[in-house]
Amino acid sequence: MRKSIKLGLSAALALSVSTAAVFAENVKIAFIDPLSGGFAATGINGLHQFEFAAETLVNAKGGVLDGDMFEILPFDNKISPKESLIQLQVAIDQGARYIVQGNSSGVANALTEAIDKHNRRNPDSQVLFLNYSAVDPALTNEKCNFWHFRFDPHSDMKMAALTDMIAENQDIKKVYIIGQDYSFGKAVADAAVSMLAEKRPDIEVVGNELHPIGKVKDFTPYARKVVSSGADAVITGNWGADMLGLGKSILENGFEGPIFTYYAAADGITAAFGESGVDSLYLVAEGDDNPAPKPETQEYIQAFKAKYPDGNMSQSRITNVIQMLAQAINEAGTATDVVKVASALEGMHFTDSLWSSKDMYMRPEDHQLIQDIHIFGHQPVEAPYDMDNSGYGLKVQYTVENASADIATTCEMKRP
Amino acid sequence: MDLVLVNLIDGLVTGLLLFMLSAGLTLIFSMMGVLNFAHASFYMLGAYFAYQISIALGFWMGLLIAPLIVGVIGAGVERYGLRRVHQYGHVPELIFTFGLALLIEELVQFIWGRNQMPYQIPDVLNFTAFAISGNSIPAYKVFMIFISVAIFIGLLYVLTKTRVGMIIQAALSYPRTVEALGHNVPLIFMGVFGVGTALAGVAGVIAGPVLGTFPGMAFVLGSIVFVTIVIGGLGSLWGALVASLLIGWITTFAKSYNIRMEDILNGIGISTPENLSDSMFRDIWAVTSPQIADILPYILMVLILIFRPYGLFGNRDA
Repeated sequence: MRKSIKLGLSAALALSVSTAAVFAENVKIAFIDPLSGGFAATGINGLHQFEFAAETLVNAKGGVLDGDMFEILPFDNKISPKESLIQLQVAIDQGARYIVQGNSSGVANALTEAIDKHNRRNPDSQVLFLNYSAVDPALTNEKCNFWHFRFDPHSDMKMAALTDMIAENQDIKKVYIIGQDYSFGKAVADAAVSMLAEKRPDIEVVGNELHPIGKVKDFTPYARKVVSSGADAVITGNWGADMLGLGKSILENGFEGPIFTYYAAADGITAAFGESGVDSLYLVAEGDDNPAPKPETQEYIQAFKAKYPDGNMSQSRITNVIQMLAQAINEAGTATDVVKVASALEGMHFTDSLWSSKDMYMRPEDHQLIQDIHIFGHQPVEAPYDMDNSGYGLKVQYTVENASADIATTCEMKRP
Repeated sequence: MDLVLVNLIDGLVTGLLLFMLSAGLTLIFSMMGVLNFAHASFYMLGAYFAYQISIALGFWMGLLIAPLIVGVIGAGVERYGLRRVHQYGHVPELIFTFGLALLIEELVQFIWGRNQMPYQIPDVLNFTAFAISGNSIPAYKVFMIFISVAIFIGLLYVLTKTRVGMIIQAALSYPRTVEALGHNVPLIFMGVFGVGTALAGVAGVIAGPVLGTFPGMAFVLGSIVFVTIVIGGLGSLWGALVASLLIGWITTFAKSYNIRMEDILNGIGISTPENLSDSMFRDIWAVTSPQIADILPYILMVLILIFRPYGLFGNRDA
């Protein structure tokens, strides 16, 4: 008898605790990215970084407003734009007001259009699109809208930083450009050609080609063309298995110059390159050196690695998304009226506590975050600041401060 | 000219790798009438097992043990899975292998995760064998060629010169008669399935370090293997070899040279339209050979199916 009373009491207690949790409104953030299929590694690692950032940087510090917690809802879009639109609808139906997505500009283009339409038709369930990684310049130019914010420098800004570094290297006379056959690969190639022509007219582009995305079994024929073209450097926007396949093949088949990339790190890529990538692979990104100079950042990374031993702290912009969203919600005083949140986010100056102490600026003209861009080299790095637990990681080689802060935009922002 | 030689070698490597997969598949198909959708999954298992073994015992033990494990798993699948499904006809068998392919991919992701595995070329082979005008041929590629040629010769010897091979060949065409003569046909089926999957395992072991060991590796290679055996002719080992090499060379050369459709069309006397950007055939004119390299084998397959439905080396009856 006594036992059952105890049981009932604890059950009632548990019930009251859980109802209390229901009353505190959660800020639902829908994460729409590939969680299955060939690009799942990137998607899942991104999800873990979002969950960890929300937990550590917001929820553990008391949440936003009056203790509202961030909740990340994962949705698998199988990297298909069509699937993403379905998942977007599901996410909105489940009460998500914030959509984060990053992998593939094709998906981002579909999402930004759909969200613009949705917000015009459904003023009472409007959502914001926080793009943490899709870098097609069009998203903050001709396709920009009030609901889209980009936290990663777009591909032209990254290419501007890369070509700054290339322009200073007088040993580079011939460049080979190769990429995946879709909007991003083309944008990278076009930007490389035009920026090189401007900064170093003497550099000859000896190859400029696209290959099918995610379908090439063996990159050897492409590597042969690179080597026989006599190129001194390679520029590629490849990612995932395409990056690894291309890079390994080029290095194995006798190429000795630098390979300038956007995404040649983490998700198994760093480990698979290992020793062979040292002094060859370069990568353009935001973030900070490894190991990070600040002790609190080192602690953050250590805690992340303790929770996800196989994970990588590969996208420091993810913490910026979470922290800037929290700041915007607090400034706006609401998490449900996204127009107010967007207005707070627009033009926000943000000082990131983790990576760089410098000011970041969400440009109101096109909703593009302006920040420092680094060129990292694939180098030996001690654990846990390495990638893939491989003993190799990213070291800053070159920095452009407030990169492309005045880059032109064709965006004509229509505000509600 | 030098590049032609380099491309010939690269195409040979690709082709021989494809052969190791298609040899097993074509034998299994011709004997049991089962299109084994999971064949490329055994290739993936080979790579993952070899990676796991290579961590503990080194690459060479992986090369030795992983195909054996894959072969045993393959034989087990035949004995306890396919044989039970067999009585319900070919469609359930097809669905069974299809489900198996999905199951293996999920299992691999479950055990090893979704990342690329750092499965590396052994240090002994990690050097440049020789170079042709600046294009280095890695020693590992030479090693791949030797392994696959050795396997082809071994397979050919067993199938044509030994008693076991003769029984297999007989069972290929007249299973009932062979059974009536007192041979254990189900055992032969199991053996062929095991050996076929073990061959796929070998392919995985030696391809894993160069083509990458990741959960999508089976999917990337899966469909092209079927194309190979259709082109070569179902059940023909020579056909599988010729078709594999053909596909290897076609795709390699198509990717290595930027042949533009415009040049070909101009060459056969069709002139470029004046305002190309407005033309409805704009995309066709703009196509280059590297873009379509990977669909060329499929085009070849369609042509073969139209003009020689039994494949290059296939029997008319089969």
